[in-house]
Amino acid sequence: MNRQRLTGWGRTAPSYAHVVRPSSDEEVAHWLESSPVIARGLGRSYGDAAQVGGGVVLDNRGLRGMGPISPDGVVSVGAGLSLDEVIASALPQGWFVPVTPGTRQVSVGGAIAADVHGKNHHRDGSFGDHVLEMHLVTPTGERTVSPTVDPDLFWATLGGMGLTGVVTRVTLRLMRVSTDRVLVDTDRFDTLDAVMSAMVEGDDSYRYSVAWVDCMTRGRSMGRAILTRGEHAESTESSPLLRAPRSALLKVPFSAPPGLLNPLSIRLFNEAWFRKAPRQRREESQTLGAFFHPLDGVADWNRLYGPRGFVQYQFAVSDAHADTVVKAIHTLSESGVPSFLAVLKRFGPGNSGPLSFPMAGWTLALDLPVGPARLPGVLDDLDDLVADAGGRIYLAKDARLRPERLRAMYPRLDHFLEVKNRVDPEGHLTSDLARRLLLS
Amino acid sequence: MDNAFSQPQTVVVLGGSSDIARAITRKLCAERTRTVVLAGRDGTLLERAAEEARDFGATKCPVVLFDATDPLGAEAAVDQCFEAAGGQVDLVIVAVGLLGNQERDQVDVDATLAMMNVNFTWPVAALTRVRTHLLDQGRGRILVISSVASVRVRASAYLYGGAKAGLDRLAGALADSLRGTGVQLQLLRPGVVRTRMTEGLAPAPFTTGVNEVADVVMKGLADGRPVIWSPPLLRYVFTALRHLPGPLWRMVMDR
Repeated sequence: MNRQRLTGWGRTAPSYAHVVRPSSDEEVAHWLESSPVIARGLGRSYGDAAQVGGGVVLDNRGLRGMGPISPDGVVSVGAGLSLDEVIASALPQGWFVPVTPGTRQVSVGGAIAADVHGKNHHRDGSFGDHVLEMHLVTPTGERTVSPTVDPDLFWATLGGMGLTGVVTRVTLRLMRVSTDRVLVDTDRFDTLDAVMSAMVEGDDSYRYSVAWVDCMTRGRSMGRAILTRGEHAESTESSPLLRAPRSALLKVPFSAPPGLLNPLSIRLFNEAWFRKAPRQRREESQTLGAFFHPLDGVADWNRLYGPRGFVQYQFAVSDAHADTVVKAIHTLSESGVPSFLAVLKRFGPGNSGPLSFPMAGWTLALDLPVGPARLPGVLDDLDDLVADAGGRIYLAKDARLRPERLRAMYPRLDHFLEVKNRVDPEGHLTSDLARRLLLS
Repeated sequence: MDNAFSQPQTVVVLGGSSDIARAITRKLCAERTRTVVLAGRDGTLLERAAEEARDFGATKCPVVLFDATDPLGAEAAVDQCFEAAGGQVDLVIVAVGLLGNQERDQVDVDATLAMMNVNFTWPVAALTRVRTHLLDQGRGRILVISSVASVRVRASAYLYGGAKAGLDRLAGALADSLRGTGVQLQLLRPGVVRTRMTEGLAPAPFTTGVNEVADVVMKGLADGRPVIWSPPLLRYVFTALRHLPGPLWRMVMDR
């Protein structure tokens, strides 16, 4: 066994655990006899979800293999494959993943544990909505679950942060594409109200939509934004180009000195980002990689935040509480806490997962460097704002929520704990996140 | 669990009724700390500290009794504290200490030994056990309350200062030995603080209240610096004093 220091993508709250890499269901079952234990994929959760101090961490990257793709796009994949690997073999055959988060570097198992969403949630739902079936190894045995076979366990596992067992194999339905490009419409807005109205009115006519909002400007241009929306480009050629996205060309070689990302440098970056966007552009052809995963071009970009790391704050609220988005951006802008461009998106209805994050309405995500003394308090206040509005924060991003706030955000938490207790009565499966939020 | 901002949720305080420890506990509970195990000698004072912690947001405040003059009891006391915490401990504060009375203690071997036990031997025995628990957890932090009196020991308080100097140097090197384990040890070196312990002492420069110390500690816990000086300026004052030639040192500090 190999004792390693683990953190999430935000590089905060490290802990040491024994890391093992099982490559079969039997090996996974063997390791689940130890306690505490949790699975880990590519470590792209921002907080402490895929680590358990003093325990055993099951690196799922040994769970590989991909079956043939059926004519209607159904494929069976090992939970340790990354979406990058799935795309690399599916795209040349004319298939794409139905949902992709902002990076391809997540494992299929991790995508299920966080029930990840992408720019098409308002149309296509989250990753779990395209899972037909999954094989799960729990401390009390193996089972294959689906929306019809043990649906309680199936849905608890989607968004369940790995606490119901280790997913080893997944049957997915892929999406047909005829090119490797997206036609993108870009619009620049000077105010938050303007971009939000445009999204409410126009998002339904696009498959993909996302807005970048500048949280560093005050006064009249508070919340200025760039909205990008797109559709897969169609091709009528008999042999269209379908190339898999390239891997990262650049890499951040070591941790940046503290303070590289400060209010001034972030303000300058945001200004440049805003200015370089056209006021309006139509049907620009972009590669799938450039459109969906712009940050994958720079490996280890999280090191830019320096030794103390950063947190991402992402919440969702219903349409009735759209003003919470405005208040949140206002609060941050006023507090002077530096934040990179925030990501604003519309969500369609959520699914049956008791801990699945998406809910119909809005979601806003903010990257915030750790350091400013007032940041913890500002985020605690935002939690109150979000919870009072019936909203919630995304556990895959969380590294600092107060445990007493979780129940209000996820009202079906007790149902989740019941299902977990059924398959893991002795509580072997836990993580630093679960300990922090009293989830186990 | 410690969160991304290094705010602990579960804390053990050895010497939980000391005024400095209580001030730190209040601030921790006002932020994230929900479970705080208060350990010490005087049950009544500890219960009072527990009540105070609850007023500031703690939900679980068990009390553990021990006698710091008996280092052989340190292991059981620490084990009992971890047991009472009922889960992973994020932060252990070692706040055990006794100022004593130099004039009286220096002619009494028993009193001298008691000073060494309370200020050095018991805390070191406890640290040994805390270290094992935290290494098993794969994470955790320790805050050892030392003193600026340990930087250069004065003739007029050589028992207290000498014992603290031992603890300070030992803990500093223990901190180095823990690098790369997920366990971190920080030293707090306060100047004179207005507490029950220092009641009746002649006023000294850079004397502060307990809340000022606690504020400095909260900042130090958040940024993880190895040595926390309170007030921060004392770092430079004592660096200078440490290098004073002997005659000058005695003239300045032992009038």
